[in-house]
Amino acid sequence: MSLPDPVAEGVAAGWRVLDGAAQAADLQLHCDVLIIGTGAGGGMTAEVLAQAGLDVLMVEEGALRTSRDFRLLEAKAYPELYQEAASRKTADKAINILQGRTVGGSTTVNWTSAFRTPADTLNWWGERHGLSGLNPQAMAPWFDMAEARLGIADWLTDPNPNNSVLERGCQALGLKHGRIRRNVRGCWNLGYCGMGCATNAKQSMLVTTIPGALAHKAGLLSRARVERLLLAADGKSVQGAEGSLLHADDHSPSGRQFRIQAGHVVLAAGAIGTPAILLRSGLGGGQVGQRTFLHPVSICGAVMPQRIEPYNGAPQTVYSDHFMHTQPLDGALGYKLEVPPVHPLLMGVTLSGFGQHSASLMQQLPHLNVMLALLRDGFHPDSQGGQVRLRSDGTPELDYPLNDVLWDGVRRSWLTMAELQFAAGARQVQVIHEQATLQSSWQASREMIGQLALKPLLARLVSAHVMGGAAMSSHPEDGVVDEYGRHWTLGNLSIIDGSVFPTSIGANPQLSIYAFALRAAHQLRAALKA
Amino acid sequence: MITRRQLIKTGMAGSVVLLAAGWLAAPQPDGVVALSGQPLEFLQAADVLIIRSIAPVMLGVAGLPLDAIVQGVDRAIAALIPAVQQELRQLFDLLTNRWARSWLAGVRSPWAQAQASEIAAFLQRWQNSPFLLLRSGYQALHALINAAWFGNPASWQTLGYQQPQQVMGLLP
Repeated sequence: MSLPDPVAEGVAAGWRVLDGAAQAADLQLHCDVLIIGTGAGGGMTAEVLAQAGLDVLMVEEGALRTSRDFRLLEAKAYPELYQEAASRKTADKAINILQGRTVGGSTTVNWTSAFRTPADTLNWWGERHGLSGLNPQAMAPWFDMAEARLGIADWLTDPNPNNSVLERGCQALGLKHGRIRRNVRGCWNLGYCGMGCATNAKQSMLVTTIPGALAHKAGLLSRARVERLLLAADGKSVQGAEGSLLHADDHSPSGRQFRIQAGHVVLAAGAIGTPAILLRSGLGGGQVGQRTFLHPVSICGAVMPQRIEPYNGAPQTVYSDHFMHTQPLDGALGYKLEVPPVHPLLMGVTLSGFGQHSASLMQQLPHLNVMLALLRDGFHPDSQGGQVRLRSDGTPELDYPLNDVLWDGVRRSWLTMAELQFAAGARQVQVIHEQATLQSSWQASREMIGQLALKPLLARLVSAHVMGGAAMSSHPEDGVVDEYGRHWTLGNLSIIDGSVFPTSIGANPQLSIYAFALRAAHQLRAALKA
Repeated sequence: MITRRQLIKTGMAGSVVLLAAGWLAAPQPDGVVALSGQPLEFLQAADVLIIRSIAPVMLGVAGLPLDAIVQGVDRAIAALIPAVQQELRQLFDLLTNRWARSWLAGVRSPWAQAQASEIAAFLQRWQNSPFLLLRSGYQALHALINAAWFGNPASWQTLGYQQPQQVMGLLP
């Protein structure tokens, strides 16, 4: 018996799929709607528009890889499925960014955590950014629709022991916590979501809306890097896009070009890729690339007395929002607590220290609990996020300066995580900071954390949530698009991805992108069919 | 690793480091090594010596399959974008240079002869350096060597880690 691969079967049955690496000549294509990027925003939009009979063409920089390519192997998955082989970094290299780069985008590799946009966040957008159409009541039907489409539901299986550490700690300290809903159908509870789902249980764009669009005659061009949008002579509309086809190594240009003429263009290349395409197209200025947010994540490890095998089982099933509500939304940064799956390669790279010390911790891998605090950026007046800009070769780079308000949150979150881990029975705790040492008591940890230097590349910070950079606004001068993702000056250009959020979400963003995309795509469908 | 922009941010002492990198861009390696095994895409002979010397100290593990780690580092770098590869080229060229090895890394012996204690002192100095540039050099070596080792199934047994057997047999 081997596992089915419905996407590969669809391709074999004649879906309109082109691999950029296989093209022997330049490509000239045309369509009603060109969608650039196949992640949460592009995938959702493609299905809605293709079902309405529009001629949709999706373009993806990464390759088309399907479940038969997913081997539960980090060394294979990271270079094949992630931006910059899972080592994309902010400009000063202080924050490592995990972001997908494959058909399905980050949804192909995410950890399946599904949260509706917090009401706090939506209300803030209404009050401070004039986006009152996105209030919690108005958004509810779009969340319902996304949840129904992607099987988002309560996860009824027990949390794995790594998640249980967080749950037990919260119980012991009386902190509010909950279980995470997941976008899965028939999940095997393996814990390898981050390497692509080998069983097709994860309801990513790769196995849901993209096949849905392809079944309605949409096209897909993979291994194709959009260089720029084609602007009309009057500068008031776009005519399509052009770029380079990539070699079978997924990265180097093959020497072949593509040019696509389209009636409407949807940018959905993610919160780093979308501003980069605008910048390369001469559409920068104003708010483009500004206020890009990351939910910067601080990390704390613990050695548990019992074997918890933190690499096995659904990766994220327990969370706590307690510290999202202990201060005003625009006060000291709040943080959400979760745990990650702990696999050898990512753990080895992430752990601070070297030599005997880290070797002995790695040898206790089956006993390691790792806790994450996702800092909610973009609300405090001093939390302005980062800026996407272009390197001399045209590739994007995110400059995300670390300031006092962020470091304050990092230190508070370390204290919280260490206390939680000891409360859950940890034998020893290790803050992930180059100068932190293993501590055997909460009191000793607290003293040490109080003295750790708050500097980039001493404290380990990571991110898997890139948001903003092409924000929605109620007035053209305050953002890049309106609340439906319609570009303020180019009539036939929409932006439908995580880059439209005016702040961070304050929760894992996939469901926020799905719901926003459904709302924007239905508006666009009505406009294009009219 | 080493970019012009970071140079400005790290100030004068950082400038000295980068100037050194510029001046000494033509590496003066300690000796030529013959590469065994498969061809490498990015790493040069002198880089290989550096990785072979640093990896056991970085990982704190004896008896490592060093050829496989070198291959793993090479594969990891080959998957990076050109801008980052250029920075890594500068880093390896800097470490390869005799002068820079002695005075910036503080390793007086050629890499192949350097004692573990000397290499550990270098790693610790760069890990905790007041200069972002040197900390990022350390972090690059840390990430590449750890990825090369822990991405290799040969490392898993001592970790007590294995892939889930209920599904591995069903994969193509």
